[in-house]
Amino acid sequence: MRIRIRHEITQRFEPGSRNMAVTVRLTPRSHEGQFILRWALDLNSDCRLAAQEDAFGNLCHTFSVDGPTDHLSVVAEGEVETQDTTGIMHGTVERFPPSLFLRQTDLTEATPAVVAFAESVKLTEDDPLGQLHALMVALHDKVEEQDGPALGGPLTANAALQAGKACSGGIAHLFTAAARHLGLPARHISGYLAPDAPEDGENAGVGTARHWAEAYAPKFGWISFDAGRNLCGTEHYVRLAVALDAMGVAPLRSTGLEVEEAVSALDSRAPQKVAQAQSQVQS
Amino acid sequence: MPHAFDEMSSADGSVRPAYETLQRWLASVPQDVLDHRRKEAEFIFRRIGITFAVYGEQNSQERLIPFDMVPRIITKDEWATLSKGLEQRVKALNMYIRDVYTKREVLKAGVVPENLVYQNPAFRPEMNGQRVPHDLYVHIAGIDIVRTDPDTFYVLEDNARTPSGVSYMLENREIMLRLFPELFSMHKVAPVDKYGDDLLATLRSLAPHGGHEPNVAILTPGIYNSAYYEHSFLADKLGVDLVEGRDLFVKDDVVYMRTTEGPKRVDVIYRRLDDDFLDPLMFRRDSQLGVPGLMSAYRAGNVTLTNAVGTGVADDKAVYSYMPDIIRFYLGEEPLLPNVPTWRCREPDHLKYVLEHLPELVVKEVHGSGGYGMLVGPASDKAQIEKFRAKLVADPANFIAQPTLALSTCPTMVEKGVAPRHVDLRPFILSGSDKVRIVPGGLTRVAMKEGSLVVNSSQGGGTKDTWVLDA
Repeated sequence: MRIRIRHEITQRFEPGSRNMAVTVRLTPRSHEGQFILRWALDLNSDCRLAAQEDAFGNLCHTFSVDGPTDHLSVVAEGEVETQDTTGIMHGTVERFPPSLFLRQTDLTEATPAVVAFAESVKLTEDDPLGQLHALMVALHDKVEEQDGPALGGPLTANAALQAGKACSGGIAHLFTAAARHLGLPARHISGYLAPDAPEDGENAGVGTARHWAEAYAPKFGWISFDAGRNLCGTEHYVRLAVALDAMGVAPLRSTGLEVEEAVSALDSRAPQKVAQAQSQVQS
Repeated sequence: MPHAFDEMSSADGSVRPAYETLQRWLASVPQDVLDHRRKEAEFIFRRIGITFAVYGEQNSQERLIPFDMVPRIITKDEWATLSKGLEQRVKALNMYIRDVYTKREVLKAGVVPENLVYQNPAFRPEMNGQRVPHDLYVHIAGIDIVRTDPDTFYVLEDNARTPSGVSYMLENREIMLRLFPELFSMHKVAPVDKYGDDLLATLRSLAPHGGHEPNVAILTPGIYNSAYYEHSFLADKLGVDLVEGRDLFVKDDVVYMRTTEGPKRVDVIYRRLDDDFLDPLMFRRDSQLGVPGLMSAYRAGNVTLTNAVGTGVADDKAVYSYMPDIIRFYLGEEPLLPNVPTWRCREPDHLKYVLEHLPELVVKEVHGSGGYGMLVGPASDKAQIEKFRAKLVADPANFIAQPTLALSTCPTMVEKGVAPRHVDLRPFILSGSDKVRIVPGGLTRVAMKEGSLVVNSSQGGGTKDTWVLDA
């Protein structure tokens, strides 16, 4: 599948701000399931972009906005060719052994409730892959996915579990928190989900930014799990960044006021019209 | 509890040679002269403002750390052994940290268990694969040493993050020189005042680029930090700028200081700020104390942070127990300074032993410091031990245990004259790109309460001047 992506982020600053340092994590890498055909970043400000790879192997750019200004706008745009690998990840950039991904963070904290949930889906036989699937199914039953932005909340593993409904980021946190508790390495993925273009050319809705999880099963390697949709990754997914939690994959980090995001991810066969994009505001 | 080794008086009542002159002097000076000098010392400390705050104390007032006027004496030979061992230890610490963040050979070889590194809160995944200038991580180490007999110095703790206390070492000497000049004329004491020059030379040697005179700054969390006095003291001694996060900014991966003459590039930052607060773009996003973009400048190799980010992975008390193996692994040498035998409660057979012997042991939290959250078995009653047992059983991996060591004692001024009190020693080891520098001596901490083994200043410990004899 060929997917066209546009991801725009607007960071607001106090009026008259100067020398604002910014890091963006907005450039996907190719792996066996996805090939980056073209990709470009565009800024509304004259900056010198310095490319860096972060500790997890994600491509980052750092720069400084001289100002004075009250906002920065970054647009990442490109096209990606994807293939269905039934969720099994090959050819990804790996900078850590799987055991690092047993590390919990503030967002994936294994509270007593999370531990109880994880234990409730524990299998008796030693079958990591079966365990991960059981976890996905149980989580899907327990926590309903909420419409809205990928990080619209509840965001922590515990809050997602308690609320019984959560954004895709919160569901990914709960999945990773529970898997790690069970001794299965799991990590947080940010990316995009594009719907199929319908045969009749009608707009099938726009794709969105989305977060999901990957977990490690010996013999298979890393496998993607989207518990919100109760499935392993398909050709509709484009993987952007990997880390321990949503903080680690943040597409933009700076100091300032609120951030707005607008994302579209479309089947390239869909009509070329600017779709109503998903948008989210963080403070 | 075994009888403690006293550094002045042998068991048979004779005075050990290094202390002979001091002992004669102590015996000859009238008590009222000593009392007068003690008041004078306190007055000087108050006037120069060398105080500290104890976190979590209600209406916590700035306190003076009790200063004890009787110096502690270490012979030249003892120091030679110690300093060699310290240099070895710090070399291994640096190699270990570098390895953990790059090739991970120590983990692949099974010398240190993976989970002790990857599950360690002080491990910084963000540092993975990052080269730091000159491949050095721990530039300023404070290694706590305890002594149990004439020949045995144990390493009790490696402080590889931001060890403090060096200002006391320097101030104590200055005050002693002022109060007791006659004592210095009777002894040949190695000077400590070159620590400032040594530290500056070390920091400059660590600059990422040659070519221009490196600009060094000390980054402090600000006046509310308990060690603020030391930060300003050191900036003054070194003649470098003391800055807070808001005084710095990053442009195109280069760090600048705001000055009245415009931005000035900074090459080396001696930061007295914890990792978590350094850069809101990488660590805690609510940090107002750090510098946005600092970590990307660091990653780009344009600035040196001392100590490096993530050094805490080498100094918690669980990793400590592996240090002898770590030294053997990297240096192929036997450790010159032994470790205190340590039971790791994360291991079931160790835990079993510890639970059976709680009244004899000292149990500490793996990430604890300042003498908080520990159990000193022999000094605790049944209820305290049982309470601690519950904590230990609930989270064994959070604790280690050690035998209760009979820390050496030194003569100390108390209410009724001079009496032995337990001491430890924190020497400061500076690792530059050119060489390792250690000022002879360090900070001696003394437990002022009779029989107490807890020397931490937050628990009422005091300090002493530490003399390394030059001849």
